[in-house]
Amino acid sequence: MNQEILLDVRDLHVEFRTRDGVARAVNGVNLRLHPGETLAVLGESGCGKSVTAQAIMGILDTPPAHITGGQVLYRGVDLLQLPERERRKVRANRIAMIFQDALSALNPVYTVGFQLAELFRVHRGTSRGEAKRRAVELLDQVRIPDARRRVNDYPHQFSGGMRQRVMIAMALALDPEVLIADEPTTALDVTVQAQIMNLLADLQRQRTMGLMLITHDMGVVADVADRIAVMYAGRVVEEAPVYDIYGRPAHAYTKALLESIPRLDHKGRQLNVIQGLPPALTDVPRGCSFHPRCAYAREICRHEEPPVYQIAPQRIASCHFVREVLGV
Amino acid sequence: MSDLNAVTTAEAPGPAPDRPRRANRSLAGDAWADLRTSKVFWIAAALVVIVVLMAAWPSLFTSADPRDCLLGRKDAGASGGAIFGFDFQGCDVYAKTVYGARDSVLVALCATLIAGVIGVLVGLAAGYFGGWLDAVLSRFVDIMLGIPFLLGAIVLAKRLSSNPESNGVLAVIVTLGVLGWTTAARVMRSAVISAKGQDYVAAARMLGAGPGRLMFRHVLPNAISPVIVVLTILLGINIAGEATLSYLGVGLKGDAVSWGIAIAETGPYARTAAAPLVWPSVFLAATVLAFIMLGDAIRDAFDPRLR
Amino acid sequence: MFRFIVRRLLQMVLTFFGATFVVYALMFAYVDDPLQALVGDRPVTDSQRAALNARYHLDEGFFAQYWHYIKGLLTGDFGQSLTGRSIGDMLSQAWPVTIRLALLSIVIAAVVAIGAGVLSGIRRGGVFDTVTLVLTLIVLAMPIVVLAPLAQLVFGIQLGWFPPTAGRNAGLYELLLPALVLGSLVIATELRVTRTSVAENLRADYVRTAKAKGLAPRRVIGVHVLRNSLIPVITLIGVDIGVLMSGAIVTEGVFNIPGVGFNLFRGIRTEDGPLVVGFVSVLVIVFLVINLIVDLLYAALDPRIRYE
Repeated sequence: MNQEILLDVRDLHVEFRTRDGVARAVNGVNLRLHPGETLAVLGESGCGKSVTAQAIMGILDTPPAHITGGQVLYRGVDLLQLPERERRKVRANRIAMIFQDALSALNPVYTVGFQLAELFRVHRGTSRGEAKRRAVELLDQVRIPDARRRVNDYPHQFSGGMRQRVMIAMALALDPEVLIADEPTTALDVTVQAQIMNLLADLQRQRTMGLMLITHDMGVVADVADRIAVMYAGRVVEEAPVYDIYGRPAHAYTKALLESIPRLDHKGRQLNVIQGLPPALTDVPRGCSFHPRCAYAREICRHEEPPVYQIAPQRIASCHFVREVLGV
Repeated sequence: MSDLNAVTTAEAPGPAPDRPRRANRSLAGDAWADLRTSKVFWIAAALVVIVVLMAAWPSLFTSADPRDCLLGRKDAGASGGAIFGFDFQGCDVYAKTVYGARDSVLVALCATLIAGVIGVLVGLAAGYFGGWLDAVLSRFVDIMLGIPFLLGAIVLAKRLSSNPESNGVLAVIVTLGVLGWTTAARVMRSAVISAKGQDYVAAARMLGAGPGRLMFRHVLPNAISPVIVVLTILLGINIAGEATLSYLGVGLKGDAVSWGIAIAETGPYARTAAAPLVWPSVFLAATVLAFIMLGDAIRDAFDPRLR
Repeated sequence: MFRFIVRRLLQMVLTFFGATFVVYALMFAYVDDPLQALVGDRPVTDSQRAALNARYHLDEGFFAQYWHYIKGLLTGDFGQSLTGRSIGDMLSQAWPVTIRLALLSIVIAAVVAIGAGVLSGIRRGGVFDTVTLVLTLIVLAMPIVVLAPLAQLVFGIQLGWFPPTAGRNAGLYELLLPALVLGSLVIATELRVTRTSVAENLRADYVRTAKAKGLAPRRVIGVHVLRNSLIPVITLIGVDIGVLMSGAIVTEGVFNIPGVGFNLFRGIRTEDGPLVVGFVSVLVIVFLVINLIVDLLYAALDPRIRYE
């Protein structure tokens, strides 16, 4: 793996100020992404993973969202400090994003060809005809059959899987170095999910892109990710190479997540689901935010925020009882 | 007038949405809690109360008789109780304006009631039974909407008011009532269709409730709130409708006192005396405004998404 | 698209017969003496009676009457007014100025409503939005019988900014005040619908995508949000044509513009039944045709309709 750092998120804080109070969606997230690497960001809904992604892209609605601290370094440049004009040049050109529900993420009243060609026309000043030709090429690359004809179709005329391919084509149009995929397969059938994941993996390999894959599905992650960052209540609680996490989780939350996956070899046994719900972001528990649901929780977890332990060269975990969880 | 119709169609207050309820409160209770804090609601309600008082007991507001006109004081300025002065026939403008509320409110209330009954029944039948009945009724509503409201009203009012003896009150009520129910029917239909799908209706059906009981005890109460919004706004539309028909000469007539007639009569003399034209206009607009604001406030309370 | 047009045309044929039938029934069904309904309480001479009978077939059954009436409409024969003038001729003289007035007011209303509506929708709750909402509420509350005479009084007579009346050959400037009055009838609703629609579309996922594509806000709103937001507004403009027709009766009456509405206004005042029925029928047909066109425009804006 290339050790050059493409994207370096440092101590990112995002909060939403609403009438009902302040929701701290992201509370000091640190993430790094290298070229050609797939980093999976894993967590339950509401853990701040999508907000982190949108903060990196700079597409959060402000207000209500406010980035209250931290840096988002792309090749050493802090994107948060860039003027909006410069920032726009980074989007799609350097860092691109695909979304969960391609039907609503595509504009219903324009052809997919228009929406693809728009990128070349706006960012590169390409002529109409050339932009259209490039759009057809892109549809071809994401393996949409009969691309020449389908380029004139509207989003609602595509199936769910094909629509997500269009989204991918759109994200890859300007050859970005970083691709953020926010739950790209959640809305799709299982068989189609695999096709889309394979397509993403292939395209990533061809282009040595850094891929940040945001998901709540541990099954999706296992096959494609190099590293995993587990998020809980707006923090990264554990980060490790994929095999280490599956083999020996170091955080109580990760361990509980893994135990809640149904497994064939555990057939007949009771499934260990995690008790309770993730905390409301307006009212994150003191100490370790996971303690109300944690099997390892003791007095200290209620009062003290756990430090980040470096437990191996590429592994960190933020849990008072790392040793107990690891079983050493 | 029918421009107001468009508001309600375009921002059709859908069936009451699901939203987190405060503990132990019904949707109506929730809406009331919202309403109580709404400034718009209180302003509108105050205006409505004043207009209704004016309509019921005009003598509370003026001791003058609106039909007591003396050409000798034609176009005279304000004096004594006649705070708005006198018009080209020497009638007390203030008294005429106050008394103008009576038939306006009476006509609008009755017409809205008729429109409401027709609209609710048509919408309920179409939405509840569906199938061919729905198809026929919906097509009929489309046809009615194919006739611009005032054009239809002119034709019907002209025909109904051809009896020279009547003062036109009944004719206008029937005209506005018979032509004004379409929006209510549409809104009712979609509210019924969504209420019909709710679990508690299915539960009541399984418990053996008959169609009549289901329709009137279970579906209707849960589908009525958007219709109430439409009807509140329709009150305002009908006030304007009465004035417009009277203005055109196919509405109230004879010895009836109406804002529409006053505007039509005094318009040509406005160059010499503006007050007799301005005051009925202001009262008319304020009354229409009151009902629209009331409708808006109620809709916002029932459906905060549209705010 | 083809199927959509065919279906819409069939619908329109049904609505056409339905609407003309309703108009005819409103006038003539269950009347003891249809002739008296037609002429009001003025006396009728025998020759007039005979002429009206020949024209409206009042001695035949109701459905036969309707049949003759619809045949006349379809062949462009709209009958004669009580004063003996051909309604077709009156219409062709009256149309030009009414069309100019209507176009002017539609354009004014659409430009103001969409422009201000978009701005309001982008900054919901801001100062501009609050002020526009209050203004639209006031305009909404003004029936045409208030708006037209008051505007004439204030801007035409007292301030003298505009000529208080306009004639048959009225130019743009003479028609401006009446067009503003007429446009105000629909501006408020169009503005409010634009505002709601823009605000809703701004929250849509595709807007987030457009931002992620690095598009400037101007393009996100001008290209992506606007076209989606206009869809409900376009439908509304179709409905509004009916409001404008109704409004034109009073407006043309007040401002003395000898258009279609003015003729109808005078016909109502003089209890000229044949004139009223003839003009109203033609207006209903025009309304239906315009709505058909608006629906096709709507399909052009929204591909989901075209391919359903």
